[in-house]
Amino acid sequence: MACYLTTGKHMSIYWSVLTVLTLLAITAPAALAFGFAGASAARSRIAPLSWLGRGYIAIVRGVPDIAFFLFFVIALDQMIEYARHRMLCPDWSEPIRQGNDFVVCAAAKMPLGTAPQWVHETYGFFTAVLTFAIVFGAFAANVLYGAMRAVPRAQLETAEAYGMSPRQTFRRVLVPQMWVYALPGLSNLWMVLIKATPLLFLLGVEDIVYWARELGGSKTPRFTDYPHGDWRMWYFLALLVFYLAFTRLSEVVLDRVMKRLTKGQATTGGEAQRKAA
Amino acid sequence: MSCLQTIADYGLRAIGIGERLLPRDDFTLCQQFTLIGSGMVWNVYFGVLALVFGFCLATLVAVGKASPRAAFRKPSEWFIFVFRGSPLFIQFFFAYFLFLNLKGVYPVFSPFTAAWLGALIVLFLNTAAYSAEIFYGALQSIPKGEVEAADAYGLSGWSRFRRIVWPTMLRLAWPAYTNEAIFLFHATTLVFFSGFPAWQQRGDALYYARYFADKTFNPFIPYPILAMYFILLTLVIIGLFGLVNSRLNRHLPANTRQRLKVRPNLIR
Repeated sequence: MACYLTTGKHMSIYWSVLTVLTLLAITAPAALAFGFAGASAARSRIAPLSWLGRGYIAIVRGVPDIAFFLFFVIALDQMIEYARHRMLCPDWSEPIRQGNDFVVCAAAKMPLGTAPQWVHETYGFFTAVLTFAIVFGAFAANVLYGAMRAVPRAQLETAEAYGMSPRQTFRRVLVPQMWVYALPGLSNLWMVLIKATPLLFLLGVEDIVYWARELGGSKTPRFTDYPHGDWRMWYFLALLVFYLAFTRLSEVVLDRVMKRLTKGQATTGGEAQRKAA
Repeated sequence: MSCLQTIADYGLRAIGIGERLLPRDDFTLCQQFTLIGSGMVWNVYFGVLALVFGFCLATLVAVGKASPRAAFRKPSEWFIFVFRGSPLFIQFFFAYFLFLNLKGVYPVFSPFTAAWLGALIVLFLNTAAYSAEIFYGALQSIPKGEVEAADAYGLSGWSRFRRIVWPTMLRLAWPAYTNEAIFLFHATTLVFFSGFPAWQQRGDALYYARYFADKTFNPFIPYPILAMYFILLTLVIIGLFGLVNSRLNRHLPANTRQRLKVRPNLIR
């Protein structure tokens, strides 16, 4: 059994677990950055910027998310290739959309056709990360926008009364205080993000779903030392348990963070903490 | 070929009526609209049935979770945790292979490996768990005074639940439940992406949208069409649930009524 679980292919599934964790580790801050930018833009007093922020938040909501995932990856890929095409091959005369085909010159291919395999894989992974960041960024923007509006008005007025400029008010008063209002929404988002990671499979990254299907399928003695029947059910059961454990862990950690953040805040949670102490 | 002809050929393609072969080349806008629209039949089918059955189970589970008896509470808590804590995508895969294995042992299970039943069961259990959590939250926030008033009138047990607790629970839970419903419809697009095969290319809307995107390498047409259909569907759901909401709130003065706040969710 121990031998079976450490075959070369099984090592790849462990690596893909790491891929998922890396994805989470990169996407979460990236989505938060997108969200922060979106929310600040939506609050902006400059009308076009505000429309941009609001539009970004509005478009991503209300459409099934996987449609977005499928759409964004191809769209991003084509956008990058199109931009490179315009820059690198100025004397290309044929149209890019030839009927059903999307044709760019060889130099504009992304990644280059001659690049080694790992570059292709990394590129695929990063388009996936960017897609996740854009989609989740919109939801994070929505949460943060709400949180910014939840900060008591009196706090901002006090800051203004002290002579702070709008920018100073934003940075010194609004942003430090909004997190406690944003955290419930953000932790919810984190849970959703965890549960969205299997969608990497749809984006063509060889993730745990891919390997679970691959390894679980029936094996004949001809190709492997460890022949077995259709074990995919057990592999997916293992994935199910992995995700359950991961969500449970996050719940516990986020609870702690919430406790820390509510400390000293003028909310019911903070008040309850003060009374208990 | 005129557009009407296309609609006649492909309008019900998703349930196997009409032309057998999908269009291969020279895709017209009309074809894309028709086929993606015909796929919506499946989304509506999964969504409506899972919602109706899920509602009943969710009420039971919510009451179970609120029960003081551990024998009822523990199973409900676990049910909710398992279905809310893991990705729906993995649940689909697991269920499909589970049914596949069972089918090998007992032939009775062969319909379960088809999407129309197997996926429906997964969606049903999943939405039941999510709705149960919503209902449980509502059950916890029923005003104390209402229950005390019911006690004072001598209502107890079933009649108290039926006349006081349950309507109030629904009223409080309804805005969140509307979101859950919208979300469930969005989640139906996952069915044909997981293990469940689309038999004879009878898939849902996203299945056809992806078919076109794969064939044309142009995501800018099929996915916006899909988005349009889903926005329409979402608006219909909001309308219907809004009607129920106003009926649930009809006894309240206008200014204390809860308004529906639509906040579509994401992937589960």
